[in-house]
Amino acid sequence: MSVVAQAQESHLETFARFEEGAAGSDLGWLRSIRRSAMARFSELGFPTTHDEDWRFTNVAPIAETPFGLARVGGVEFTSRELDRLRVPGFASIRLVFVNGRYEPKLSRLGPLPAGVKVGSLAHELAADPGSLDEHLARYADYRNDAFSALNTAFIEDGALVRIPSRTVLEEPIYLLHISAPGTGPTVTHPRNLIVAGDETQATVVEDYVSLDGEVHFSNVVTEVVVGENSVLGHYRIERESGQAFHVSTLRVEQGRASAVASHSLLLGGALVRNNVHPVLAGEGSDCLINGLFMGAGQQHLDNYMKVEHASPHCTSRQFYNGILDGRSRGVFHGRIVVHKDAQKTDAKQTNRNLLLSEGAQIDTKPQLEIHADDVKCTHGATIGQVDEDAIFYLRSRGISEASARDLLLEAFAGESLEKMKEEPVRRHLEGLVRQWLRRETVLEGAR
Amino acid sequence: MLSVRNLHVKVGGREILKGVDLEVAAGEVCAIMGPNGSGKSTLAQVLAGQETYEVTAGEVLYEGQNLLELNPEQRAREGVFLAFQYPVEIPGIGTAYFLRAALNAIRKHRGLDELDAMDFLPLIREKLKLLEMDDALLSRAINEGFSGGEKKRTEILQLAVLEPRLAILDETDSGLDIDALKIVAGGVNALRDPERAIIIVTHYQRLLSYIVPDTVHVLVAGRIVASGGRELALELEEKGYGWVETEPESAVPAPA
Repeated sequence: MSVVAQAQESHLETFARFEEGAAGSDLGWLRSIRRSAMARFSELGFPTTHDEDWRFTNVAPIAETPFGLARVGGVEFTSRELDRLRVPGFASIRLVFVNGRYEPKLSRLGPLPAGVKVGSLAHELAADPGSLDEHLARYADYRNDAFSALNTAFIEDGALVRIPSRTVLEEPIYLLHISAPGTGPTVTHPRNLIVAGDETQATVVEDYVSLDGEVHFSNVVTEVVVGENSVLGHYRIERESGQAFHVSTLRVEQGRASAVASHSLLLGGALVRNNVHPVLAGEGSDCLINGLFMGAGQQHLDNYMKVEHASPHCTSRQFYNGILDGRSRGVFHGRIVVHKDAQKTDAKQTNRNLLLSEGAQIDTKPQLEIHADDVKCTHGATIGQVDEDAIFYLRSRGISEASARDLLLEAFAGESLEKMKEEPVRRHLEGLVRQWLRRETVLEGAR
Repeated sequence: MLSVRNLHVKVGGREILKGVDLEVAAGEVCAIMGPNGSGKSTLAQVLAGQETYEVTAGEVLYEGQNLLELNPEQRAREGVFLAFQYPVEIPGIGTAYFLRAALNAIRKHRGLDELDAMDFLPLIREKLKLLEMDDALLSRAINEGFSGGEKKRTEILQLAVLEPRLAILDETDSGLDIDALKIVAGGVNALRDPERAIIIVTHYQRLLSYIVPDTVHVLVAGRIVASGGRELALELEEKGYGWVETEPESAVPAPA
């Protein structure tokens, strides 16, 4: 048996054990979803670079590793350790997951407006599963995507957010996912479900961090359902360790006249795949897909966008900026699909990249599939180095070369960060970006 | 203040400056005129520290120190300022932030306290007024989307804020309408000071009607071919560069 087949087999074995004791194992509909997802994963197997959607990303390191499910419990945090890990500023609504499992003691849930539900999916599967059937696993495509299939087979815990119609959530909902690796390679399959009713407003921040240690794999799926005339902001921060594999899929279903902003910041992880897949299902809906990825060392950061215009008069804007140093590699694959009836679509895509070293590499690929005839779709990509004329200009005013470089990189990163409206998140991310740049400066001096 | 001696400079293997000699004293306003391709901008850029130019021979002394040994930021901190012929657009960095960072880098070098945003604001407002510029400029990114005239004016604004000892203006007048030219000239004249030298690099005589130079040098094909006072500029205007190009040694004696 090949290494890949063995590793795949280990997922199957793990599944058999998991299924027996998992939350909601007594629910027929869930059991059938889990099983068909597992069956589908077995059929699909992990993708290879022959697969068009994975041309630039070789997932062999994931496919070849026999992961065991990350252990639950037994990882203790002091509040000080937690404070060090989390993004500060989210005082009231904070859900903490350790190895994929909700930790009530580390979390805070309120006060919340009437009817708002924020909590653990596993808890909901035990307490009120009837309400989940309608949306859970109805959007993320586990029939064609192996990672979503694997996640769906292992659906158990993650965040559940339910916002009743005509409700405005002033405070962002902060989801902190901490991986605490064990002795061997471990995997978690966090599953988040966010259902926002009509005329709602909310912000959800997903933050992935890990403690030092062994190889681990976060295989995340987040499904977001946004009702009519609603506004939703979503942030994904990936800052796991250099031992982390991270594949996450954000699948957003947008109702009529809804406005969604998805922001991603990829800083951490060894091999990262960031799938963002909004479907503009309702007429006149709008989405902003904004991201920043910064790679160094041997990191591989892949951004796969699939923006589906399924209704008329919808607008989408994609802005992704990449900064790559060392021997890191970045990917931006921006797919725009315009369905036959989606007339008056207005879609725009921009990907800008800075390569800081000879060894850094970027693959950028726009892909337009347009089946309607009255649409406006534009795309543009740039790949370049730091502007030496700008460096000289700044230096000629007394600013040191190192500061000039930092300023230019901060400004480039700032193009993405300034689109992030949530103040505490943006401020924290600005700090993370500066830290990243400083580390580079230190490395530069050490060479 | 500045002594350029037998300066030879290559760009991409081609020799552009072929032995330039130039003396500029404190308090002096010195004009360097010359036709296109004579090496005027090369000289300005080399003095500011542009590293794409290769100095193959000669020396440059600035206040007694070897200027060529200093990197661009050290030169700026020592009081050298170049107003760029083509100011660089830098998206994402606010003009006010940039100016304060630059001023503080220089102040720090001089052992002065750094200015915070509150202290800086009145200072920059005063300089904006001098150049008849709007406050809105401060929140815009450096030169981004500026008109040609706005860019040139912003260079002089920087000059006014940074108060260098040696200011080099590289074709600051080109592309300006007469109103903008007068404002820019007014800004420069306000900075004339016995402790400060100003080098005006220009193709045309026009700016020199508003900023009257003490000395005029004519640079042709990488060499200073004529030097004199204000009247030399007028003569050039009248007769064209052909006059000095054909009779480099005889018409006006070069300085010893």
